[in-house]
Formats: sequence, C-alpha cells, structure tokens
Amino acid sequence: MGESIALSIRSHCVGTTAVIYASDYLNKLTGERIERECKDRLNSGCRALVIDFSDTQLVNSIGISILMGIIDIAEKSDARVVFADVNNQTMQLFEMLGLTRHVVLAKNEQEALTTLTGFSVQTKAVSH
Amino acid sequence: MDSTSQKLVHSFGALADLGQEIANPNEFNEMVRTSLHLLLGTLAIRRGAVAQCLSGKDETECLAVWGLGDAFQSKLIVSETERNAFLTSGLSKLSIEERNPHFAAFLDRHHDELQSQGIELVIPMVVRGELTGLVLLGGKASGDAFTDDDLDVIRAMVRHVGVGIHTHQLFDQVEQRAEENRRLYEELRAIYRDTVRAFAAAIDIKDKYTQGHSERVGKYSEIIARELGWNNEEVEGIAIAGYLHDIGKLVVERDIINAPYKIDAKQSSELNRHPVAGFEILAPIQHPYADIPLTAKYHHERMDGRGYPYGLSGEQIPLGARIVTLADSFDAMTTDRPYKTRKIFSEVVEDFRRNTGKQFDCQVVLALCRALLKEMDGSGTDRRMTKMLGKNYLVSERDTPLLTQFMSELDPNKHIAVASSV
Repeated sequence: MGESIALSIRSHCVGTTAVIYASDYLNKLTGERIERECKDRLNSGCRALVIDFSDTQLVNSIGISILMGIIDIAEKSDARVVFADVNNQTMQLFEMLGLTRHVVLAKNEQEALTTLTGFSVQTKAVSH
Repeated sequence: MDSTSQKLVHSFGALADLGQEIANPNEFNEMVRTSLHLLLGTLAIRRGAVAQCLSGKDETECLAVWGLGDAFQSKLIVSETERNAFLTSGLSKLSIEERNPHFAAFLDRHHDELQSQGIELVIPMVVRGELTGLVLLGGKASGDAFTDDDLDVIRAMVRHVGVGIHTHQLFDQVEQRAEENRRLYEELRAIYRDTVRAFAAAIDIKDKYTQGHSERVGKYSEIIARELGWNNEEVEGIAIAGYLHDIGKLVVERDIINAPYKIDAKQSSELNRHPVAGFEILAPIQHPYADIPLTAKYHHERMDGRGYPYGLSGEQIPLGARIVTLADSFDAMTTDRPYKTRKIFSEVVEDFRRNTGKQFDCQVVLALCRALLKEMDGSGTDRRMTKMLGKNYLVSERDTPLLTQFMSELDPNKHIAVASSV
C-alpha cells in the first residue's frame, strides 16, 4: 500500500484501486490537483478510483466540472469510480445534477473498497 | 433546502465565481477555460467549447474545449448572413436538431461534426451588437434534455463570458494601437535625429576647416554623459545638443568663420554672437529633450566666469553645456586646422591640467579621461574615440600612465566652481 501526498492531495493504493481524498472545498485549485492525481493513478495501472469526500464541505461548479472530467477519463480507461462518504448537502447536489448516474456511491472508504472487490469478483466470475 | 432552491444557490455561486474570473485580467486563455468549466459545472454538462469570432473573417477559433474529442474541428464558419441571424436572434439557443431556416447553411456545414461530438446547443455570445463568439454545449450528466430554466442560466453565463472576451479583444486593440504609436514615435525620433544630423552637416559645411566637428562633438558629449551615468534618454539629448551647439554659426558671415588669419575685434564680436543666435534658432523648436537651446547658448561659458556671452561660472552653467564645452575644445585640440596642427596627446593632457576648474568642469574632465582609459586598456567595448582620433593617435603604453597620473591629481570638489578663487 503506497501512500503519497502530491501537492497536498492525499492518496494511496489498495491493489489496483486508488483512494484519493478530496479537500474541504472542492474548487478549481483543489479540483485540478485531484484530477491530476487521478490521471497519474490511472496511468500507473489503477483500474478503480475511490474519491473520499469525508473532509469535503463544499463543491463549487468548477469542482463539479472537474469531477465529470474524472468520470470521463475513468470511463475511457475502463475504470470504475466510487464516491465515498459524501455529506448530505453535496449528495443532494450530485443527485440534482445527475452525477450519481455515473458513479457508485459508498458510505465510506471501507465500503467502497468492499464494493469494488465484490465487483471485481463478480466480473471475474462472469468472465469465467 | 428543496432542489429548486439548491439549484438556484449553486447557479448563483457559479455566476459569482464567473464574475470574479472575468474581472481577472491576467491570463486570458485561462480565464476562458475556467469560465467554460464554471458553465459546464453549473448544470453538469459534459461537453463544451468556447469559440471567438475572428476579426474580419468568417470563421471562429476555439479558445477552450472540454470533453470533446481530439478531432474536434476548432474552426467554425459563420457567414455574414448567419452572423446577422445570430445577432437578431439575440441569445437564443440554436439546437442543432432544429431546422431554423436562418441557420440552414450553418447547420448544413457543421451539423454532422457537432452531432458526432455530442453538441446539442450553439449559443451566440452577443456583446454591444456584435457577435463575439459561440458557445457549444451538449450532454447533461443527468441525461435529461435542456430545460427552459437551464437555458436561462446558460444565457446569463454566456453573456458574462462574452463580455470577458469582448473586453479582452478591446484591450488587444488598445495594445495594438499603443504599439503602433510607439513605432510611429520611434520613426519620428529617427527622422528628428536624421534632421539634426543634416543640420550638423550644414553647420560644418559653412566652416570648411572643421568638417565633421559638430558630429564629433555630439559623439564625445554622448560618451562623456554615458560615463557620468546619464540614462539613455539624457545621453541621446546631449548628443543632439552636441550636434547643434554651433548652429548659431549659420548666421555668422562665412568670411569671418573661414578667415585664415586672426580676426579683428569687430569680427570676433560678430563670431561671439553665435551662442545666442544658436539659442534663438533652437528655442522655438519643441525638442524631445531638455536644455538643447541652453546648451548652445552656454557652450562658451567657463567655470571661472571668464567665458561668453554671459560670464556665468561654476554650477550656474548647466551640466550639459559644461559637457559640450569640453567636447568642443577636445575636438578643436585633436583635429588639424589650416592655421595649426593638432596637439599631441600629452599636450592635450597638459591643457586639461591647466584649464580644469578654470575652463572645464573637473567631473566632466574626469569622465572623459575615464572613457579614454577604457578605450586604451580595452576594458570597455566602445572604440568610437579611437576611431575619431585616428588609430595611431593614442598609444596605450605611453598615454595610459600620463592620463592616470593626471587623473590622480584632480580633486573634483576643488575644481567644481573656482570662480571666486580666480
């Protein structure tokens, strides 16, 4: 499990899943850092992204746009995206704007990882 | 908070952010990119582009693109007719699925490409009756169609983006005009310099024994001023003053100027009118540099007050005039005249020794000496004095010690204004 802090964005890998921690305010500055971190993790072989919103109080419009960009990039890389620990207000915003249609939601990081493991097992079972 | 209120709060927040972004004049492309992000993020739209209309052309160029493929063609053709149609339709959307007859040609031209990229709306940016550009949008994350409320928000934001781009275009035009003015100003300065040179040549032609004197005085003055730490503007000014210092000779009879014998008192008085005549010629002209007429007026004044026409002394004489005085005398000493050959360098130094503080300002003499030393020891890049004096005039091994010794004898404080001690 390699932990890294790139420009104050915390992240670590669990197998081929990258867990990235969003900051308290997801705006242009922090959003672009998260986007860069997600790209780097996908380029280095991660097949799933868990974005942990446990510290996030607010997401502005640029944050939304950047999250959609991350979803697009993940889709192109055939990777799954899980949003974990999203507070109620942000959850309402994501639902209202339709972001929740494109990601899996999890109560917390642990549930996100479990969900992804289940998905991985299911995928393997199907492919066998 | 119900979803309508939340949507409004989210949109207002985006609009406020957009206002801040547009007011930031720093990086135009970044401003447009961020504005597009804000627009897309407000309604969670997945794809978009902002294109500006190119001045005098029927095409647009993309300033920011998000979520579109690399193959997206950045240029859209907007004919004059379509441009007018966009203007008259205001900020209304152009759904690429609608066959609006005003935009039939535009849609025929771009429909397939826009549709293949998932673009659903083309929104014109109209500012002050001009089509500034187009915003292309498509693909709400919710998968729903754009509602009328969505379009209201989009229109408001697009108007903001349009104002930002329009303002930038205005700044660009102002900068271009300022650049053009700078170029014109430089051209005018060049014309001014050439005119001054022509005048200098005219002055020197009148005095057949001193061909090139005015130009050399200009150059020596420039070198001295540079050595004194003057800025480029001031150095250029003193060079011009040097070129024109003898312009008053134009009103003195040629026979007096060219007399191959010692002139009498009357003729001398006539000749001595030339500094004031020079001032009178130069004063009505609006020079781009200060003190040029005064330099002509005072270039025969002396530090000890025994010069003419006014008998000024020390710092009563402008520094520019003190520089030109030395440059004028130095050239007179170092050029052959029909009635006398030029002084060898040791004689020039001896003249400086005798006259520093009396005829010449000590600081100015020191500056000229420093410039000469630099040329002799090769520590400077300027070789103009060597060139003007002729390559065998200065001999470093012989003249450097002479000059160094003389400079060590000078006390700038003692020699600035000695009129009272004479």
